[in-house]
Amino acid sequence: MGKHNITLTINGESVSAEVESRLLLVHFIRENLDLTGTHIGCDTSNCGACTIMLDGKSIKSCTYLAVRADGAEITTIEGVAEPGTNSHLQKAFHDQHGLHCGFCTPGMIIRSMDLLKTNPNPTEEEIRWGISGNLCRCTGYNNIVKSVQQAATEMAKEKEASV
Amino acid sequence: MFKCKTSPEVGGMGHSVKRKEDARFLHGKGNYVDDVKLPGQLTMVLVRSPYAYAKIKGINKEKALAIPGVLAVITGYDLKEFNLHWMPTLLSDTQMVLPTDTVMHQSQEVCAVIATDRYIAVDGAEAVEVDYEPMKALVDPWKALDADAPLLRPDKEGQKDNQIYHWERGEREKTDAAIAAADVVVKERIYLPRIHVASIETCGCVASYDKDTQKMLVYMTSQAPHAIRTILALVAGHVGLSEEKIRIIAQDIGGGFGGKVPVYPGYVIAIAASFLIGKPVKWIEDRSENLVNGFARDYHMDCELAATKDGKIQAFKVSTLADHGYTDSSANPSKYPTGMFSICTGSYDYEHAFAELDAVYTNKAPGGVAYRCSFRVTEAVHAIERMVDKLAAKIGKDPAQLRFENFIKKEQFPYESPLGWSYDSGDYKQTLEKAMDMIGYDDYKKEQAEKRAQGKLMGIGICTFTEVVGAGPSKDFDILGIAMFDSAEIRVHPTGKALARFGTKTQGQGHETTYAQILAEELGIPYTDIQIEDGDTDTAPYGLGTYGSRSTPTAAAAAAMAARKLRAKGKKIAAHLLEVSEDDIDWEVGKYFVKGAPEKCKTIQEVAFAAYTNFPAGMEPGFEATHYYDPPNMTFPNGAYICVVEVEEETGAIDVKRFVAIDDCGNIINPMIVEGQVHGGLTQGIAPAMYEGIVYDDEGNVLNGTLMDYLVPTAVESPHWETGHTITPSPHHPLGAKGVAESPTVGAPPAIANAIIDALSPLGIEHLDIPITPAKVWEAIQVAKAKA
Repeated sequence: MGKHNITLTINGESVSAEVESRLLLVHFIRENLDLTGTHIGCDTSNCGACTIMLDGKSIKSCTYLAVRADGAEITTIEGVAEPGTNSHLQKAFHDQHGLHCGFCTPGMIIRSMDLLKTNPNPTEEEIRWGISGNLCRCTGYNNIVKSVQQAATEMAKEKEASV
Repeated sequence: MFKCKTSPEVGGMGHSVKRKEDARFLHGKGNYVDDVKLPGQLTMVLVRSPYAYAKIKGINKEKALAIPGVLAVITGYDLKEFNLHWMPTLLSDTQMVLPTDTVMHQSQEVCAVIATDRYIAVDGAEAVEVDYEPMKALVDPWKALDADAPLLRPDKEGQKDNQIYHWERGEREKTDAAIAAADVVVKERIYLPRIHVASIETCGCVASYDKDTQKMLVYMTSQAPHAIRTILALVAGHVGLSEEKIRIIAQDIGGGFGGKVPVYPGYVIAIAASFLIGKPVKWIEDRSENLVNGFARDYHMDCELAATKDGKIQAFKVSTLADHGYTDSSANPSKYPTGMFSICTGSYDYEHAFAELDAVYTNKAPGGVAYRCSFRVTEAVHAIERMVDKLAAKIGKDPAQLRFENFIKKEQFPYESPLGWSYDSGDYKQTLEKAMDMIGYDDYKKEQAEKRAQGKLMGIGICTFTEVVGAGPSKDFDILGIAMFDSAEIRVHPTGKALARFGTKTQGQGHETTYAQILAEELGIPYTDIQIEDGDTDTAPYGLGTYGSRSTPTAAAAAAMAARKLRAKGKKIAAHLLEVSEDDIDWEVGKYFVKGAPEKCKTIQEVAFAAYTNFPAGMEPGFEATHYYDPPNMTFPNGAYICVVEVEEETGAIDVKRFVAIDDCGNIINPMIVEGQVHGGLTQGIAPAMYEGIVYDDEGNVLNGTLMDYLVPTAVESPHWETGHTITPSPHHPLGAKGVAESPTVGAPPAIANAIIDALSPLGIEHLDIPITPAKVWEAIQVAKAKA
């Protein structure tokens, strides 16, 4: 099995490793780097539990080879906010009861970060379509939608205040 | 309505306090089973059968064992040496852990590969050579009892055919007579297909046996860790795994819904592998292994509902064929092989009912477990609620009106149902009225008439269900003989903070918050000062776990009862501190005071401190209490759901325009969490109603074993749910609560099905089985048009 040296940045830290060419990025993150907040719920890119931010875009790390991430900048749920603080989305998911078992939550939050970056003021329908690549079996989505709406509102307020 | 007794800061019952458990999940610090990493941990991958029914003529391990890093290949013969190749199911059937000579369903475990790494284990599994001799699979349950059907379980002594059991409840002759004499009888064969809970986290475990201490530690995604430990001790006691040496730890669970109650063969194999090798062995299902093994529903129900010509229901009869796959591994109480199916008489008052069921073996995966409703209430409610609508259509009466005329009345509770349940409480009329008001029923009826005049298909569907949850009274309910009580243990520390542990196991229901709220309600200690733990069999008190909406009816009641024991002890301490007789002490939330002199008081925190520092002479020190709660009856949550749909005639596309759910789950601990549970359950209701169903081909192959083709609803398919409540407290539960999480999964499918069929009724369509997909609707429309 071929091996490759890769170097990438994850949650602000530079990481170098030798990996098998077949190693999936999600396994590299979870098992080599012990960042277990990124989850595995399927192996077909359907559930989105493995969603991470790679070079500013949300991607599903269960169908992405680690070698392909050479040189990339990655953010996982562990790097979304400084320790002891919450991002707007993390706070909103807590406020709006946007999580039950928590298994889909890291992927949902990362995906929603990307959504709000490209569309800071989404309608309910745009949010539903925007998170439709991430499955949640517990919440029925109502409160996830409300969480994203709250985060959008608070981010807009913050932006206004900083202008 | 429920009035809060505590301040928001104390956070007792009725407060929508935010969840205490959220922080770790929001920051990626949840502890799920696949996150466990023990020193020296090995990985196990299972080889599974590509055939639904085949003889195994040989398994060649050589090529797999030649791969560096592959340490072992375990077959049924290896387990047979320890008599571990078969295991009992919860309903006293038997299930293969690993086969020695025959596989009975596609994807059955054939052997296990243990390796140093996940990827190497998969390489090993691909290198194992299994020589199969395929046989003609028995797939159609209707053919299972034919004379020429293969006898699937010759291993079972006395088994002459493929019938597992016959069950019946009620009076057959009287019901038949009432049906024969009735003005109107409606009949339908209703099928609820196989579905899978598909929790986003699959099942798995890490088994770690220490050969020196002879202790077995198992991290497991189990909803019932104590029961699992006992079963394991019963199954493997003969090899030295006695119960005190087994520790099961269920940490965070990524969704359970009943799918994580059973003991799957993979658990036993991983435990056996660790026992043999002496190192930790991790086994985590992949998604297809998860979807294809274990299932819910699969009931074919022949229903007959009889009534007078003006719609007074007189009798209900249902004869069911249940496809259990090759073994009965249903997770039901021992005396209830069909769960609570006999709740099928519904929310209506009539005299005669009869239910019978035949369960059969086929070459399919075993299961009969849950999909957010483990005990067959979903099947029961679907049967009666579809039939009530069919009756309404037949006699031309509004389905809401028909329900009002047949409801069990508020003053009839406790109500003895024709099939033997004692419904504890409810106000069905008020609940349906509230749902109709909220959705604007009369306006929709007008809109429907207008749309029909324009040739458009619009439907309104109602479901008024009665649930039965909270097993159970131990005289009736047990699992393998273990009574279905549940437990709470409270330790109040000297500083007035507390730790409480439970026999149930949270999987997202928010127990770390709601149980703390119950103790806050009973003791006045702020919920933020109370830590809740569960899932570790070495530390938590014994209990049967969390499923079937039983935690609130059982463990929450235990929490209240244990807290009341503490309050009684606290009263004696307060009397001692205040130097008065105990009879002169009164309680209000958080403090004891002298009757008539409220300024003379001691807070619960002061009393807790005194319990360790200044307790009355002769009193046992400390401030701890435990309670094992054995409920006197089940609780009977109920609700009225209304759904409005539009169907596009050209394509069969179904648009759910509105869905209103009014639930009566008694007194509410945390309204925010209850609403969240209802939302989630509703999405798990629309899922089988419109999207999900495990499809087999004629050879017993599952055709949709991935999330690409098994359609779990996304945020787009899931409508915006609208919810509300009525409250009739359970008269026998210490908090007046009833349990809620299953209700929406039970109530939503018939409401949706009734709405779609109502939309299609102008075309003469009277029934469709779920999942009602656009393709199924389109086809039904073509058939109806051809007939017309």
